[in-house]
Amino acid sequence: MLGKTADGLFWMFRYLERNENTARLLDAGFRIALTRTAAAENEWASVLTTIGVKQAFLEQYERMETAHVIDFLLRDPSNASSVTSVIQAARDNARLLRTALTRELWSDTNECWLTLRELLAHPVRERELPFVLSTIQRQNALLNGTLHNTMMRNEIFNFARLGTFLERADNTARILDVKYYLLLPSVSLVGSSLDNVQWETILRSVSAQRSYHRLHKGDVRPREIANFLMLDLRMPRSLAFCYAKIVDNLTHLAKDYGVRQPCINQAETVFAKLTNRSIEDIFESGVHEFIQDFVRANNALGSQIEKDFRFYG
Amino acid sequence: MADERHFDEMFGTGEQHREPYRDYRQWFESQDTAWLHRKSDEAETVFRRIGITFNVYGEEEASERLIPFDVVPRIISSREWSRLVRGIRQRIQAMNAFLYDVYHRKEIFRAGRVPIEMIANNDAFLPQMIGVSPPGNVYTHVVGVDIVRTGENEFYVLEDNARTPSGVSYMLENREIMLQMFPELFARVNVQAVGNYPKTLQRSLGNCVPRSCEGTPVIAVLTPGIYNSAYFEHAFLAAQMGAELVEGHDLRVVDGRIAMRTTQGYAPIDVIYRRVDDEYLDPLNFNPQSLLGVPGIFDVYRAGGVTIANAPGTGIADDKAVYSYMPDIIEFYTGEKALLQNVPTWRCAEPDALRYVLDHLDELVVKEVHGSGGYGMLIGPAASRKALAEFRNKLKATPSKYIAQPTLSLSTTPILTKNGLDPRHVDLRIFVLVSPNKIHMTPGGLTRVALNKGSLIVNSSQGGGTKDTWVLEE
Repeated sequence: MLGKTADGLFWMFRYLERNENTARLLDAGFRIALTRTAAAENEWASVLTTIGVKQAFLEQYERMETAHVIDFLLRDPSNASSVTSVIQAARDNARLLRTALTRELWSDTNECWLTLRELLAHPVRERELPFVLSTIQRQNALLNGTLHNTMMRNEIFNFARLGTFLERADNTARILDVKYYLLLPSVSLVGSSLDNVQWETILRSVSAQRSYHRLHKGDVRPREIANFLMLDLRMPRSLAFCYAKIVDNLTHLAKDYGVRQPCINQAETVFAKLTNRSIEDIFESGVHEFIQDFVRANNALGSQIEKDFRFYG
Repeated sequence: MADERHFDEMFGTGEQHREPYRDYRQWFESQDTAWLHRKSDEAETVFRRIGITFNVYGEEEASERLIPFDVVPRIISSREWSRLVRGIRQRIQAMNAFLYDVYHRKEIFRAGRVPIEMIANNDAFLPQMIGVSPPGNVYTHVVGVDIVRTGENEFYVLEDNARTPSGVSYMLENREIMLQMFPELFARVNVQAVGNYPKTLQRSLGNCVPRSCEGTPVIAVLTPGIYNSAYFEHAFLAAQMGAELVEGHDLRVVDGRIAMRTTQGYAPIDVIYRRVDDEYLDPLNFNPQSLLGVPGIFDVYRAGGVTIANAPGTGIADDKAVYSYMPDIIEFYTGEKALLQNVPTWRCAEPDALRYVLDHLDELVVKEVHGSGGYGMLIGPAASRKALAEFRNKLKATPSKYIAQPTLSLSTTPILTKNGLDPRHVDLRIFVLVSPNKIHMTPGGLTRVALNKGSLIVNSSQGGGTKDTWVLEE
């Protein structure tokens, strides 16, 4: 496979995952903005920080008004992380590597682009927002379904999945990074209803409310939430789950190519940190530092993959 | 129904349908027109969904356009087709012999059949190709021959596209959509399949391997990139052939061969089906500003390390001034009269011709010798007085840049309109694949149709659409 094609696949799927995450964060933030007007600005600030665009937003707007945040995150062409910018980038990549995709996956990607472009052609009113956000998520679910149902399990699939899970791990880690203070023991002692809502928001932003409550019988405890999002191998958006998948896909590539690249050792090292420690250990040695180390290691792995598989030359 | 001044391929010149359309018309007449219109909309939705688009130069990114598709097929009988095949085969054979001669002994010029000025002052002539023999002596691996028709038995070659002709993906996708929309039609009418084209292209290119090739030939399609107007087609053909779609920056010279950068290192390529113009192929040998090409590829080519299809320098054979000599060229190399007619052409470089053209400008079509895409052309009968005056000045200033042809009364084929069938002018691009000792034509082609009533311009950039083209079984 061409290095360029591997690069295109990796980024196409990073971008698709990114849009889904943005939609989910918007959904969770919007819930707070609706129910707790006083907390809205704070919540939007943390959503923008998580996506990494707070600074860019503040260059355009003075205050974090809901309508502006929604427009900035969904439609603003000057925001490279807006849903319209990101779906355009994903589709550009898909065009570039059309030959590597099945006919179905290409046409679903193209249709996703057409649908979102039309949906986001005009500012989204608040009452339409839930529909728009669920459309974004469903389009992405469709693409992942088509990927699984039509694509061969080969290097093409591996690079696509690497993109998905690197992006997803980054997103979950960023959510944890922005909200880590809520997970600290001192906060858990407070136990006010506001904190309950905040924790629910974290779970909501990774689509894990129901799974969590099923596991813990509705008992919301910060340490359990942290454990769930970081170390639980059953939870499809946890850091550990993402790394299990990353190691798995890199192992397939190593077998396929008959070469063990440096990136696989890096991935295994990160994975080991997520599997050989308890959440108590992590809290002991500092949850914030742990998460920041993770984000750095995740970025470094991305660069190493680009290098090992000659994405650029 | 038919316009009496034009030959209509469905109705001939009267109310009676022509034989090739008999079965189709029977079917058509039993269909509900509203349903056909719904089908037509459906086809557009499918085309948009699968992204069969072309990019328009000079517009912003949202400029991916669909070429309008008409659901009424253009039908050619097997007898008509065999006649075209014979004529084109002869023409393409002569064209390759001419190219070999141009870049080797130049006998046709020594014999005085074509003036040497035709190549001496021609940008399409590539001096770097002198003495280079491409693998199997094939120059034009893929040609798009544009055919127009003016009557029951009158076919003309309007243009030979021997550089990087495009449009074949529309031939294939148009058929695909017709099969999806109207499957029952294909049970009723025996239409020859076109779907083998990519396989045939792959085989044809695989038969033109360079000396350095070992084992199964590796083919790659070289595209200028996603912003090129025909990018969809480049990707489509690569996918259908199972070949890699590469850009210049994916390639480099490794051990005297052209190799592509893969996730496992550099892998050699044997045949490059390039959709990049000569000028941009190699910044070391041609345009140094080019970012689309591969530095040193031409040296590898000359040393027999790679096949470039089409060969560099083929533009000298489809140049519009050289075109006018095609009947002589065919006779010179095959010893036979041309089976397919050329459109009579005045070469404005010749003083007598220029005088005639200036006197009859409002009756003629004037084209730039190096132009394409319908740009920079004058259609005399449709032009304003101002446009005529402007063109007259251009002709006087640089006559050698132009040729002129009579305004042909192109045949029409009906399209589906709000008011039912209505005739529109059409042309036909036939795709020809050349390998050593074999010239293959897929039974079908790309019918381009001028959607504006009365218009003669079929180019997609200027209001043209396409139709599925049926060649009937015997």
